[in-house]
Amino acid sequence: MTGALGKDLLDLESLSAAQITGILDTAVPLKAVSERKIKKVPTLRGATVANLFFEASTRTRVSFEFAEKRLSADAVNVATAGSSVAKGETLVDTARNLEAMRIDMVVVRHSASGAARFLADRIDSNVINAGDGTHEHPTQGLLDLLTLRERWGTLAGRRVCICGDVLHSRVARSNIHGLRKLGAEVAVCGPRTLLPHGVEEVFGVTVLDRIEAAIEWADALNVLRLQLERMEAGYIPSLREYNRVFGVTRERLERAPRDLLILHPGPMNRGVEIDSDVADGPHSVILDQVTNGVAVRMAVLYLLRGGRPDQAAAAGAAAGDS
Amino acid sequence: MRPLLLTGGRLLDPSIHLDATGDLLLVNGRVEAVGGRIAGPDEAERIDCAGLVVSPGFIDVHCHLREPGREDVETIATGARAAAAGGFTAVCAMPNTDPVTDNQAAIGFIRAQAERAGASRVYPIGAISVGQKGEQLTEIGEMVAAGAVAISDDGKPVVSAQLFRNALEYARTFGIPVADHCEEPTLAHGGAMHEGLVSARLGLKGIPPESEEIMVIRDILLARRTGGHAHLCHMSTAGSVELIRWGKERGIPVTAEVCPHHLVLTDERVGQYDTNAKMNPPLRTWADVEALRAALKDGTIDCVATDHAPHHYDEKEREFAHAPNGIVGLETALPVLITWLVAGGILTLGELVEKLSCAPARVFGLEGGSLRRGAIADVAVFDPEASWTVRGEDFRSKGRNSPWLGETLTGRVRRTVVGGRVVHELGA
Repeated sequence: MTGALGKDLLDLESLSAAQITGILDTAVPLKAVSERKIKKVPTLRGATVANLFFEASTRTRVSFEFAEKRLSADAVNVATAGSSVAKGETLVDTARNLEAMRIDMVVVRHSASGAARFLADRIDSNVINAGDGTHEHPTQGLLDLLTLRERWGTLAGRRVCICGDVLHSRVARSNIHGLRKLGAEVAVCGPRTLLPHGVEEVFGVTVLDRIEAAIEWADALNVLRLQLERMEAGYIPSLREYNRVFGVTRERLERAPRDLLILHPGPMNRGVEIDSDVADGPHSVILDQVTNGVAVRMAVLYLLRGGRPDQAAAAGAAAGDS
Repeated sequence: MRPLLLTGGRLLDPSIHLDATGDLLLVNGRVEAVGGRIAGPDEAERIDCAGLVVSPGFIDVHCHLREPGREDVETIATGARAAAAGGFTAVCAMPNTDPVTDNQAAIGFIRAQAERAGASRVYPIGAISVGQKGEQLTEIGEMVAAGAVAISDDGKPVVSAQLFRNALEYARTFGIPVADHCEEPTLAHGGAMHEGLVSARLGLKGIPPESEEIMVIRDILLARRTGGHAHLCHMSTAGSVELIRWGKERGIPVTAEVCPHHLVLTDERVGQYDTNAKMNPPLRTWADVEALRAALKDGTIDCVATDHAPHHYDEKEREFAHAPNGIVGLETALPVLITWLVAGGILTLGELVEKLSCAPARVFGLEGGSLRRGAIADVAVFDPEASWTVRGEDFRSKGRNSPWLGETLTGRVRRTVVGGRVVHELGA
């Protein structure tokens, strides 16, 4: 089944601004479903979804699972530990077996860049990329966009700086594509060892070397998680120095010339890339991101199964009777 | 064996400055007469070559035939037949087999298998280090005596500069080239493609050009120090070209090869994670392609080599980062280079024959690469204008991992003659 998005959601790079806006518009009425006492609409009744997580994830997997259940889809979680994957089954065989069980949709998280597209090219089911290696994490990008749009009304002309390990971040790539398509200006800030070679040219972003400059420039900071293994691999000297040079601290935020929003895709390393009093402080929209995660995932599931943005309100309202 | 008389073809051999319509007579495995109208003995088999190019057979100084160890992917026999189908009358097989070709018995095995196959010649290349582990020199003298034509740890770089220096020094006694896979391993570690705009976008770890260039200049400097012949495999960057030019200007004994894919494709060809565009060194940028083309034309890079690297379908049918490096190339080298370099006005057909045949024979000191009287009777007969569509199922190689599947190319080998005997005939 295909709808406004085509068969799959693999990345934000290939979506148009209108498609992204369509997803965000669809998420608004579907978000209301989660605010009700009975958090369920029959929209995807009868559809089966496999959540295929080749990489450990709690937040994204749970968020997808809630989104599926609130739309009345039948969801199965396939974790890799103890599964046939752990016994050496290839990705393509796993996919074909699921297909043979007549799965309608597959949500896939995988450590290899391109894995979601690899699956999508080989099976008829709708495929949703829940993060592929260091490539993209489109639903995370969408939930960040929704969170910012709720605060600002529009992203056009706004400035967002993505801070930290852009090189290894799928969140960064999805955010950069999504933000730019919706008219925002994007900068990146982090140690040069953790920025992709040629980042300005590839992604059309500005590089800010200092976190102080980022705070002065931006309307929002999206602070990426610093993987602890980056230190062992020699990208940065120490977590302590990282916090000293690039950490988003309250002291630094107090010098911001305007009201800044602070986003973080989680899980946070408090005291490394972000201080606790920032994460828990008035600038933080981190928990809004989590709430919006369920809404945009509901929107994506709905649209890929042939739903239309202009009918989403009716789909979301169907719960009112139950 | 009956004498063979190829009549009326365009005889094209830069080694003797020949480009004229005429006949070629092959007797007892040697060129008996070349050029003009040749009557030939009555018993000669006559093959009409009108409208076709008749050139010395091509020589590939770099391919992987996978035997012993991975006979499911390629054997010396299937590789030698693929070579014949591509107009290659001789190929040099890299030693990264399983077990590694690092001793005289293994060299003898490859020669015996090639003999049994009876297609194109296969010259073994021995390993530089025992087990290609980069620690201890192999018995180079014994391997040369058994038929090795060069040494290389290809597939891996020789990480130790001291070991590479020793290999260059030691190999001088035997007059063979030391062929290096130039890759600085800490820079290249974990890389899946060229480090550039495409890798950044796709979220794939990149291999910077400097990973190659650092080893290129190291090898050139050690060739200068030792006087040993360093041959640089599969050059891929504009920077490497500059460094080789610098070395050659100073008379340092360095030679280099380039693969058809690096002369034609860029990292954009990876597209959406196409594993048939994954090889090491990786496809690079258009600026690199242009520099490599110019270097091949002016002789800075001596010759073309295929780096033919068959892989099993299942191994390529997976996540990009986990798929093996390499593509097959023996059966597409000539048409790819005619289509993009000759038709593109970069090389003349004569220059292409020089780079595919005369130059590699010279660089590795092999017989062949010439139609002069008395030369071994290794000949390629091809139609430079035939247009055809590449289909994996038509390959003689067991490998199907080609970036040109479905592509329509110009130029097709019609017959390949090895030692005066036809080993490949199109449609036969």
